[in-house]
Amino acid sequence: MNAHAEAIAQYNFAYLDEQTKRMIRRAILKAIAIPGYQVPFASREMPMPYGWGTGGVQVTASVIGPQDVLKVIDQGADDTTNAVSIRAFFQKVAQVSVTTHTGEATIIQTRHRIPEEPLKEGQVLVYQVPIPEPLRFLEPRETETRKMHALEEYGLMHVKLYEDIAQHGHIATTFAYPVKVEGRYVMDPSPTPKFDNPKMHMSKALQLFGAGREKRIYAIPPYTHVESLDFDDHPFEVQRFEEPCALCGAHGVYLDEVVLDDRGGRMFVCSDTDHCEERRAEGHRGHLSGEEAAT
Amino acid sequence: MYVAVKGGEAAIRNAHKLLADRRRGDRSVPALTLEQITGQLALAVDRVMAEGSLYDCGLAALAVKQARGDMIEAIFLLRAYRTTLPRFGYTRPIETAAMLVERRVSATYKDLPGGQLLGPTFDYTHRLLDPELAGDSDPATPETRERESEAMPRVSDILAHEGLIEEDGSLPENREPGDITREAPEFPMDRDLRLQALSRGDEGFLLALGYSTQRGFGRNHPFAGEIRIGEVDVEIDVPELDFPLTLGRIRVTECQMVNQFKGSMKVPPQFTRGYGLVFGQSERKAMAMALCDRALRASELGEDITAPAQDEEFVISHADNVQATGFVEHLKLPHYVDFQAELGLVRQMRREYEERRQADAEKPQRREAAE
Repeated sequence: MNAHAEAIAQYNFAYLDEQTKRMIRRAILKAIAIPGYQVPFASREMPMPYGWGTGGVQVTASVIGPQDVLKVIDQGADDTTNAVSIRAFFQKVAQVSVTTHTGEATIIQTRHRIPEEPLKEGQVLVYQVPIPEPLRFLEPRETETRKMHALEEYGLMHVKLYEDIAQHGHIATTFAYPVKVEGRYVMDPSPTPKFDNPKMHMSKALQLFGAGREKRIYAIPPYTHVESLDFDDHPFEVQRFEEPCALCGAHGVYLDEVVLDDRGGRMFVCSDTDHCEERRAEGHRGHLSGEEAAT
Repeated sequence: MYVAVKGGEAAIRNAHKLLADRRRGDRSVPALTLEQITGQLALAVDRVMAEGSLYDCGLAALAVKQARGDMIEAIFLLRAYRTTLPRFGYTRPIETAAMLVERRVSATYKDLPGGQLLGPTFDYTHRLLDPELAGDSDPATPETRERESEAMPRVSDILAHEGLIEEDGSLPENREPGDITREAPEFPMDRDLRLQALSRGDEGFLLALGYSTQRGFGRNHPFAGEIRIGEVDVEIDVPELDFPLTLGRIRVTECQMVNQFKGSMKVPPQFTRGYGLVFGQSERKAMAMALCDRALRASELGEDITAPAQDEEFVISHADNVQATGFVEHLKLPHYVDFQAELGLVRQMRREYEERRQADAEKPQRREAAE
């Protein structure tokens, strides 16, 4: 058993063997060459469950080097349990430096959010994707959806959005809101709130998307047009919050609603915890931040 | 004052400490040894090896222990280890006709060359709880036989003499076998890839699908032509040598279902086959796999596809329990960003709904006039 234990303890840098990394890098290069196109790849079993970020982890493991600085967020926060777990994984298998500061990171792996601070050239944003196919909920068969993409047959998606407007008065999609990349492929931005969609457009950073269970990788290279689907008379709109962050007073950021008691008391705070902390360090205050609460 | 939630790291550490404690259980009771698990929970170990796609009793037993007996968790542990192993090459196809047979039954012939051999089966046991097993029972030494002199040809080979059953079929020259662990699956899929996926597919899922074909959802009249369990040699060709090298032996369960087939535009009337092959001893899985394999050959044989078990994309995409459990259980991860977005939408829609209702209530005359 000891021989086994020793053998098991030996893992390559960033867990994946070099052959696997090469295979994934080839898929990434193809994805960058055809923005928004879902490239099939031979996804591996990872030591965390499918659906918990295995696609993002494989992409990160394939592009990370010893010099990189990694940030991992889930729901915008660095401290959510799964983000902690993935960060710890890379610290263990790749011994890389980690950070919570968006500006310091060279690679940011994310689930469900894009940081509020605009990304820079040279940064890579790696998304964890559960269902990469934007047409999946309209057509469950992969054989069909691949055909639809090949023929650029996106009428079904527009009908769905139109039906939303006919029934509800507006498009009832609030997250995983479909986008069209560089005028060609309709793409799922992963379940980020539609609030984040505009940040994908002409981003200076490279955006990579990994779906482990579904075995797909896709990408948006820097400075690529990313357009949220809409209609001339019903233009795309992002969520707006009525109040600013209760801690840092930020407007125009995505907020989490925190329930304070069982009598309907609630507050709104930044979903991007790093952004909120940096603002507070700069002296910004919201109406429920420490000093005010003390008065 | 509200403070953003911190401490995920400490919470995880503590949770895992507690898990280790619960796994060990009562310290006054000796810990399970891997030998006990491989020896006495052998079928659990077999299932973990089969669906974990790695033939190693010791590691499978370790996985069962580490997973506290949770089969799918144990399978997942073994898979995550397997995926890190280098690939040296592919073995020759195993020769199940040359199996060192421990059990072999056929439902299509009363007697056949090599005979019927019950082996270590639960069949015909009365399912009465046995209080003796609660203690340290010492079962009698089993009967043994001299090694059989008679060969045990496969039932499919016996039927093949009459030409009434489809042949094994052969692959085109130089065709490399597919490998579902090295390529992303594409549909429609070749049968070799499909069989790989079924062989590591979830026993319960395949069992239910196989059962559904018997109840009329894609019925294909199966007979259990043969089930055999035993050990086979695993051989590999080495470039420098002109004979294959034997790497070792593995225990497998093979099931050949024989299915009635009236013939179609493509194929004359004959018996067709569904095939099941599983690591270790697992008749239920091998039989279910054979039923599903046959059902999935519908388009190849020109049959109508009407039932879930015949739908390749449906069956293969959902048969893997490691994938399924991960995605179902990922719902426990935080989703509050998306939930917040939905909350905002529902509030807005509710506001609009109330406004419409109020507006309607304020103009009752017009409504009556319209009526």
